[in-house]
Amino acid sequence: MSRLTQIASVTAMNLRSLPERKGPSIVAIVGIAGVVAVLTGILSIREGFRAVLDLSGRDDVAIVLRGGATAEMSSGLSLEDTRLIADAPGVVLDEGEPVASAELYVIVDVPLVTTGTPANVPLRGVGPYAADLRQDFQIESGRMFTPGTSEAIVGSGASRRFAGLQVGDTLRSGNVAWDIVGTFTDDGSVAESEIWTDAVVLQGAYNRGATFQSARVMLTSTGAVGEFVDALTTDPRLNVRVYTERDYYVEQSSTLVLLVDILGQTIAVFMGLAAVFGALNTMYSAVSGRTREIATLLALGFGALPVVASVLVEALLLGALGGVLGSLIAYVGFNGMQASTINFASFSQVTFAFLVTPGLVVQGVLYALVLGFIGGLLPSVRAARLPVVVGLRAT
Amino acid sequence: MKYLPLFWSNLKRKPLRVLLTWASVVIAFLLFGVLEAVQFALAGGVQLAGQDRLVSQHRVSLIQPLPLSYLNRVRGLDGVRSATSHDWFGGVYQDDRNQIVVITAEPESFFDVYPEIPVSEEDQRAWQANRSGALVGRIVAEQYGWEVGDVIPVRSNLFTRRDGGDTWDVEITTIYDWVDGDNTVVYMHYDYVNEAREFWIDEIGWLVLRLDDPARGPEIAAEIDSMFANSFAETRTTSEEAFLQGFANQIGNIGAIVTAVASAVFFTMLLVTANAMAQSVRERVGEIAVLRTIGFSNLGVTVLVLLEGLAITVLGAAAGLWLAQGFTGVIAAMAAQFLPLMTIPPQAFAVAALLAVALGILASALPCARVLRLEITDELRHT
Repeated sequence: MSRLTQIASVTAMNLRSLPERKGPSIVAIVGIAGVVAVLTGILSIREGFRAVLDLSGRDDVAIVLRGGATAEMSSGLSLEDTRLIADAPGVVLDEGEPVASAELYVIVDVPLVTTGTPANVPLRGVGPYAADLRQDFQIESGRMFTPGTSEAIVGSGASRRFAGLQVGDTLRSGNVAWDIVGTFTDDGSVAESEIWTDAVVLQGAYNRGATFQSARVMLTSTGAVGEFVDALTTDPRLNVRVYTERDYYVEQSSTLVLLVDILGQTIAVFMGLAAVFGALNTMYSAVSGRTREIATLLALGFGALPVVASVLVEALLLGALGGVLGSLIAYVGFNGMQASTINFASFSQVTFAFLVTPGLVVQGVLYALVLGFIGGLLPSVRAARLPVVVGLRAT
Repeated sequence: MKYLPLFWSNLKRKPLRVLLTWASVVIAFLLFGVLEAVQFALAGGVQLAGQDRLVSQHRVSLIQPLPLSYLNRVRGLDGVRSATSHDWFGGVYQDDRNQIVVITAEPESFFDVYPEIPVSEEDQRAWQANRSGALVGRIVAEQYGWEVGDVIPVRSNLFTRRDGGDTWDVEITTIYDWVDGDNTVVYMHYDYVNEAREFWIDEIGWLVLRLDDPARGPEIAAEIDSMFANSFAETRTTSEEAFLQGFANQIGNIGAIVTAVASAVFFTMLLVTANAMAQSVRERVGEIAVLRTIGFSNLGVTVLVLLEGLAITVLGAAAGLWLAQGFTGVIAAMAAQFLPLMTIPPQAFAVAALLAVALGILASALPCARVLRLEITDELRHT
């Protein structure tokens, strides 16, 4: 027999006998599945959070803040500033009007649906072009607020995570009662975590005078960023800082992404180690349970390589099954799960959904295969090197 | 005692398997310890809340300021022992990346409201007497190499000064080291900030009150809120614990995720350990039969197998937690700025001990019971 046919026949025999070793095999599969499910679940938080920020940030939309401010929260712009910004070169015009939105936000306490304790929800006052500046903005239910009234619309994420933010509800905050007249989506961006109303009404309601915190403008192209920045920074009447929307959100989220990364990687390494020990144990048990069988094969003249290969194939198969099962559990259990957390940069809540991406699934299955391989390698070598006489006498 | 040699030779029977099983348990408990510490840190100091303290903030949100006059009005209430005001300063040191937690406080009442912060009376007076003085937590001081007497420029990313600029120079008068407390905060004098800023003059962020009798908390909270009802700055007053808990809840489902991860790990470990033990009991059917034949009771055999399981899990848990403690120290140093309270809470050790015992018993008792159900004669033939 050639070596290849030997490998094939020993492996086939080995796999056919798998049902005989159902218990330990299932344990190995479930063990690896557990590791993959947890790992994928943790990383899906990061993916979900990233997705929100990737969707939110555009390269042809600029956010302008006061010079020295690192977030909208600490920024302040006068009405005069926002007009100068909107009239700068590079800004898209819509029938002669610059596509710009001067915005401000206050944080209002709204109870979380899950715990009933208050959470910081951003209530943003926006200008007439705000919806055009968010690419995928769509009214989901109800209608847009009427400018000049105390009507508000709520992002779909916020309306799910916080209590009393459905169409028809009234949000009482301080001395103002906001009538919720609609909910909106924006393909999952940060805006979905917010409540929107007319900027001028918001200024009046919370004694903000005629001040804003940021100005958003649509630029004619990503290439116009340089021209726009130059115009603003050289204007002696202005002291501002310009970000592209994408850069702004990347900076805003860096702390949280770092935190989840550290947590996820720590867990992945530890769980992986535990899984390798588990897989080693299972495969050692599988091999030692078959000691006599392997010795018989060796006695019959089968080479060491086919024996090694057969054990490895079994381990990889178990690993693959575990990986697929784990990804499936993660997908069913975590994908689309709604969550929210506080973003310290804006001191307000961001809602997001856990996202099990195809990339994560591939990563999980590969990880499972690696675990299976490591778990199978040592036991297979040990099986092949077992002295035949000792093996035959084994119980 | 007669069991000891038997117990020992059982452990030595498949040293590699015992070692691997033990290592899995060590890792599981290492992860358990670290996750507990992370969860504790994310809980954000709820356990530091004083039972006799209330927090009063603007009804709309913490961001909205309250008038300074509220401080004296709540002080006058019956049952309020002392009260201080705080304001968020939004501190930056030198570079935007160096964000520090800077909070203003009213120095005269500060230590009466927080008696647990360990600062000697002399140091208290040094800070109180120096208008530009700063009370600095050990972790921040170490991070930037600050020492008592240094004058540090702290920039606010919230306030601007009337004379232009946004930087306040503070002199470090005291460095505090609060065991198991939050050592990342820098406290400045309220007046020093208030007199120089351009906006929000005579406004404060929130109030903290200490009561004579904690039992009267809900009653006094309601009294404060009704006192300011229908004014332009209505308040919401809660216990300090509820205030911090609400803040921790905002971080989100992290607690639930941590619990889910820990459960998944334990489920996995239980399977792995149970499998290894079941295997070792199965291989020993003949031996167990011999033991029973020569007069060992079922109980004796069970105790022997259980001891073996417990030895693995309990020793594994101990080693895992020991490693976790070291590892937590490393992460705590790295993440001190974001999560100042990273340490394994004492109750986690008790939970771990229970889990280790439960894991050991479950993993060895089930296969053992199965073997004991067999007839000795069948077992003896089983080779």
